Amino acid sequence: MSVGGLTGQLTATPGRFQPAQPVEVPTVQLLGEDGTLVQDPDFVPALTAAQAARMLRDMVLIRRFDTESTALQRKGQLSLWAPLLGQEAIQVGVHAALGRFDHVFPSHREHGLAMLMGLPIERLLGIFTGQESGDWDAEQVRFHHLNMVIGGHTLHGVGYAMGQARDRQADPQADDGVSLIIHGDGAISEGDVNEAYIFAAAYQAPAVFLCVNNQWAISEPVERQSPVPLYQRAWGFGIPSVRVDGNDVLAVHAATTWALERARAGQGPSFIEAYTYRMGAHTTSDDPTKYRDKDETIQWQSRDPLTRAETWLRAEGVWDDGRQARLDQEAEAFGEQVREAVHKVHDPKLEDIFDRVYARPTADLVAQRAQIVSEAAAR
Amino acid sequence: MQSPAETNQTTKTLTLAKALNAGLRAALSADDKVLLYGEDIGSLGGVFRVTEKLQAQFGPDRVLDSPLAEAGLIGTAIGMAQRGYRPVVELQFDGFVFPGFDQITQQLAKMRFRSHGRVQLPVVVRFPYGGGIGSIENHSESVEAYFAHTPGLTVVTPSNPNDGYWMIQQAIASPDPVIFLEPKRRYHEKGVVQLDAPALGLHEASVARAGTDVTLICWGPMVRTCLDAAAAAEKEGRSVEVVDVRSLQPLDFETIARSVEHTSRAIVVHEAQRNYGPGAELAARLQEQLFYVMESPVLRVTGYDTPYPPSKLEADWLPNLDRVLAAVDQSMGY
Repeated sequence: MSVGGLTGQLTATPGRFQPAQPVEVPTVQLLGEDGTLVQDPDFVPALTAAQAARMLRDMVLIRRFDTESTALQRKGQLSLWAPLLGQEAIQVGVHAALGRFDHVFPSHREHGLAMLMGLPIERLLGIFTGQESGDWDAEQVRFHHLNMVIGGHTLHGVGYAMGQARDRQADPQADDGVSLIIHGDGAISEGDVNEAYIFAAAYQAPAVFLCVNNQWAISEPVERQSPVPLYQRAWGFGIPSVRVDGNDVLAVHAATTWALERARAGQGPSFIEAYTYRMGAHTTSDDPTKYRDKDETIQWQSRDPLTRAETWLRAEGVWDDGRQARLDQEAEAFGEQVREAVHKVHDPKLEDIFDRVYARPTADLVAQRAQIVSEAAAR
Repeated sequence: MQSPAETNQTTKTLTLAKALNAGLRAALSADDKVLLYGEDIGSLGGVFRVTEKLQAQFGPDRVLDSPLAEAGLIGTAIGMAQRGYRPVVELQFDGFVFPGFDQITQQLAKMRFRSHGRVQLPVVVRFPYGGGIGSIENHSESVEAYFAHTPGLTVVTPSNPNDGYWMIQQAIASPDPVIFLEPKRRYHEKGVVQLDAPALGLHEASVARAGTDVTLICWGPMVRTCLDAAAAAEKEGRSVEVVDVRSLQPLDFETIARSVEHTSRAIVVHEAQRNYGPGAELAARLQEQLFYVMESPVLRVTGYDTPYPPSKLEADWLPNLDRVLAAVDQSMGY
């Protein structure tokens, strides 16, 4: 049947019914793959030589932390580790951009950032030895607890940011901290993460989403998460976004600075996609050779964030063999510290788990604890 | 004509919905860190009008209308509580708690434990629960067992306006997360509210009616049903005691046990499905602790082990006067 010439059928799919087509993906890059500076119309690196050298040092120590921890797992001293090899520039770039009151809501792979923020490494190792579940003062360290439910923490970060904004509204002298929320490419498929974008946009929360797109959610490729580049997903939520080269410490630093300043200025949330590659396994219990092409991994080796930064610093004349040798020594000593730290974590006591469930333990918990204690005494 | 209670300035007769509204108003007035947060709670006043006029009084910064996203509501409330606020989240119906289930059971409930007590989350998640209002699917769920089974959560339910007024304020003042179940079929029942001080703490059970033959153990919407059953049983010469549990987690087992020691017979009455429900927990504890005291096995009068039925069947699906009285007869027959 045809009414007024309308057949109810489309002869072809006209453009107005098409989803928005992905536009060209401009990636912010300030440090080229060969280690030379790249000009960008929007982002100009503003760093002193000392700050730049510090970034290289931080990346080297983080890599050491990671390789030592991976080795500790292989020796059976950690039950699991989530390697961050290849992602050092993101953690260092973010850290260098953070203000002194900003809070980080991390995913489970930001060990290096945690360390740079002052979290004792044994606190992190304790989680992976099964001795604790996050016994640090997140409010003081400003690095919140790891969350193994993918994306669950993104909402906490948004709520916290909403609280930061309210505090400043009530008292202009309150600290100017904002929240940086880190999640991976796989998390972008989770409902909670999408709700976090919605709440952040609805309330213009001073929150920065940093999506570490390392291309693989365990064995699921990023193509299975989104048909459009991830940073473009943010557009649908009304959140300004940018993609940066995640292996470029300068680009990550510049984009994070931009986003944090927007949040601080009351301009609401931003989204950064840090485009990188997970060189290792998702965790030490999976085997990437089963699900991805070896050539792909080899290709990414040439984009190593440490090599790029070192080449650049040498060209700038702020780095040389002598400084490199001293850094190698420092990394060696630090490696020893990591191996020691795993022994500093104390075994928890069964009776201690009962008094932290509620502010005031219930009668049931008091009775169960007493039973444990009396059984131990009788032994 | 006013009742004697109403001539006293420290009491007021209110419906449960109005009493909850008054309790929320008192909490908002007492502490400016308290925020109400939910879908349609502002100018509409919530689907049951429990938050009516609160946004007008306290402003849209204290009483926030939110996007339609339950995980989002609870998850962001966790973040705000970490920052020192006391969010009170309203979910519209019991059946809509499930999209927020992970945020409640894995996040809200565990944060104190995971952080060794460093993180305190004074979040209240309140929602209308239970059946009996002729509603459609997903609007009549009795979900208390899911949450009472989760360590770290406090699960409470008022059965009358006085408890509604006080328990919501006590829940908001609690340093721990509270699942606050509001028996929707009792929203419009009136009762006297004592305005000067609460009679009981948040976690105390109450003896709603004294008796000597058998104890009915119940909470929320079933308390009225059990009180009616006790009144009917009295006409047949039976003295039935009714214990209103009020707090399912933590459980004030002492008050319950004292009653059952006294009557030596117990029947648990709840709306939720029977298998693995709170009645099983109560029956097990009574058996463990009062085995030699009891004259008859603990009985359960509950919903059936089906999904909640179409509302035309709910009068028979839910425990009603007849089923409770039949259980009293059965208990006394041993």
